[in-house]
Amino acid sequence: MNGVQKNFHLIFRKKFKMKNVPFGNKIENKCNKKLPSSNMMIYFYNKFILLQIFSIIIILFASSTVWAEENSEPIRFGLTPAIIHNQYGLLIDWREYLQKKLRRPVEFVSRDSYRETIDLIKQKKIDFAWVSDYPYVYLEDKRLARLLVTPLYQGRPYYCSYLIVPSSDLTTKSLLQLKGKIFAYADPYSNSGHLVPRYQLQQAGEDPNRFFRKTFFTWGHRRIVEAVAQGLVDAGSLDSFVWDTLSIIQPDLTNQTRIVAKSPEYGFPPIVARRNVNRADSAAMQQALLDMANDPEGAKLLKRLNLSGFAPGDAKLYDGVRKMMHTMADL
Amino acid sequence: MKSIMKPILDLSFRYKIPLWGGLLIIITALAVSFTLIINSYDELKEDLLINSETMGYSLKTTLFPAMLHDDIWRAYEIISAPINRAIDGSNPVNAETILVVDSALRVVVSAHPKSAPMLTEMRHLSPEYAVLADRITRMDGRSSQEINLPESKYYYYVTPISSENAHLGTLIIVHPKDVFLPRFTRIVGRGLSVGAIILAILLPFNWYWGQRMALPLVMLTARMGEISRKWPADLDPELYVYRDEIGKLFDAYTQMLRDLKDKGELEKQMVQSERLAALGQLAAGIAHEINNPLSGMLTAIDTLKCHSDADQRTMKTIALIERGLTQIKDTVGALLVEAKIKSRSLTPQDIEDVLTLITPMARKKALHIGWHNSLDEDVPLPATLVRQILINLLLNAVQAVAQQGEVAVDIGIADSQMRISVANDGKMLSAEQIAHLFEPFSPLSEGGHGLGLWVTYQIVHQLGGQVTVKRESNNQMRFTVSIPIGGVA
Repeated sequence: MNGVQKNFHLIFRKKFKMKNVPFGNKIENKCNKKLPSSNMMIYFYNKFILLQIFSIIIILFASSTVWAEENSEPIRFGLTPAIIHNQYGLLIDWREYLQKKLRRPVEFVSRDSYRETIDLIKQKKIDFAWVSDYPYVYLEDKRLARLLVTPLYQGRPYYCSYLIVPSSDLTTKSLLQLKGKIFAYADPYSNSGHLVPRYQLQQAGEDPNRFFRKTFFTWGHRRIVEAVAQGLVDAGSLDSFVWDTLSIIQPDLTNQTRIVAKSPEYGFPPIVARRNVNRADSAAMQQALLDMANDPEGAKLLKRLNLSGFAPGDAKLYDGVRKMMHTMADL
Repeated sequence: MKSIMKPILDLSFRYKIPLWGGLLIIITALAVSFTLIINSYDELKEDLLINSETMGYSLKTTLFPAMLHDDIWRAYEIISAPINRAIDGSNPVNAETILVVDSALRVVVSAHPKSAPMLTEMRHLSPEYAVLADRITRMDGRSSQEINLPESKYYYYVTPISSENAHLGTLIIVHPKDVFLPRFTRIVGRGLSVGAIILAILLPFNWYWGQRMALPLVMLTARMGEISRKWPADLDPELYVYRDEIGKLFDAYTQMLRDLKDKGELEKQMVQSERLAALGQLAAGIAHEINNPLSGMLTAIDTLKCHSDADQRTMKTIALIERGLTQIKDTVGALLVEAKIKSRSLTPQDIEDVLTLITPMARKKALHIGWHNSLDEDVPLPATLVRQILINLLLNAVQAVAQQGEVAVDIGIADSQMRISVANDGKMLSAEQIAHLFEPFSPLSEGGHGLGLWVTYQIVHQLGGQVTVKRESNNQMRFTVSIPIGGVA
């Protein structure tokens, strides 16, 4: 398991049993709303309609092409810690759904770190990937990939970063109180699980590299919750969507943690297409994802993913992250 | 000690044999069970050590790269996997916790981070860990080792995390010392129940066998204790049928009892015959002394009768005296049995004549006489005396028997002895009565003067024979006379 290179097909055989709790959309999104303005929403909506019409034409064209070419070359879809790890049953069903809709094989390629997924895109080994904001901005800026869709969580394309401590810790009120503590990051290329707390520390005049006594990466947001719950670390930072979803499917785990602070909202970790992927493939994939909310089977899958749907992405959603990256001189 | 043991050692074999046997069985069962239990305890401990060694080795191998890359989460996953796996009955040696310390003995990661937080000095965790830290410092850093602190509730298994010359830290696997207590308890329980089953089978068997051994001895002892007071009841020969020492003891006892009884019988007979002999001598002596003057007196009276012309009254008196004297003579004559009368030999007809003689009397009482005479030729015995013996015995039998009674007569020759046997189903005589049966003027005699059996006895003795009286099992009194033929003194 060196480097934790888990090919999804290998994991597929392990038959993990996950609770497929139907997600209700009852959880209120409590991220510190900063961005959304009504103008922006209308803009998104209009663009969405246009894109949809455009996509349908493309799909009609693309599918006939597929038909003609009898393209059985698999589409490879990269998965990262952006989504909840270990939901293997769900991923199998989702893959089959996509295969049916795209009428060609789909392979999911799971990697534990964003860096590996970035490398796979660089090496053209995958065509699409669900990544975090940070890898997306990195890939976009390096002209390696472009935005395909942004998932909608509770109807909105936003998420934030949660700072959590063990529930036994009743005193910590902010990140700055954690000086000299042990802190868990999700991934060096994670926005919510790395960039955000470091940015906040820097903004507060602290040196993020010296502020904590010790830090390490768990290579997954879910593991941040485990590490904090077990008392392995004093605090950790992670994706709000992961914590919220876990609080539904594994409340006994999240109950052992307490959310100390929530960051401002950022664009939801998007699905990107490799820059030079076939346009038809790209359009077909985008359409298949956008259509999920309107398809009964797709809707069920979305519910299990704890998402309300996918929207055509807007690069501007990720400007906040880009700004932080520049500040931290990560770009 | 001796006084405590004495009451136990004094116990009857009936209890002693089963008790000793039972004690030996219990001691054996306990010894075997304890050996097995101690054995399995050692094996469990050995298992634990091997388990820790294997686990230590495999964990160390995977921990090394994780520590090299400072991948704390990997290290945590590696060490918490064996702790958090589901505990089932088949794995009694689950570690309680696993700890990784760096070469400066600070906690890198622990399977239970709350009790051993990251970066804590190992020495500060607990006094026990401080001792452990000293021991780890003294280790060579290459080989793994079990550390058993006597006061501690835990076994520690320490494995250095090293590869070639790079030493990154130490892996500590912690087992509670009572980790295999449930399994050990199970083994003890199983051992004891097997022991109990063995005891449940062996103890009753032992009890039965002990009883079987002791009972003949107990009965023999009781009977031998009785011998001085009375003849003990016969032993049941079925009680012990085997030919071992106890069986032989039984035989010896039975033989001894028989010999003793025979001896007693013989003594009794001797006393009786001596008494009868003395009586006979006395009677004969008196008879002789009386007979001499009696003969003179009778001769004188005879003379007086012939040569006197005495008056009527005197003659009457003389006649009276003569009758009296004659009666005395008859009585004395009867007492004075004289066997040396010359007589012809006995013929079978002589015996048959006696039957003819007795038949009218028997008819009066409506008796049934079983007659069996196997004589077919003359026997060189004095006919008169033998006839008299037979007549006396028959008269006695006829008299003893009730109306419609039964008398059996058997006459024959065997082993150059003439045997006359007369049995009747009349009144049974007691042993006391039998002892005095042949004395003169027997009080048992009804009607007669009680000299019949006396005379019979005297004749038989003078012919060198024997008379016996026996109570037969079929409620008959049997008189048996045996007289040697040709051996008459």
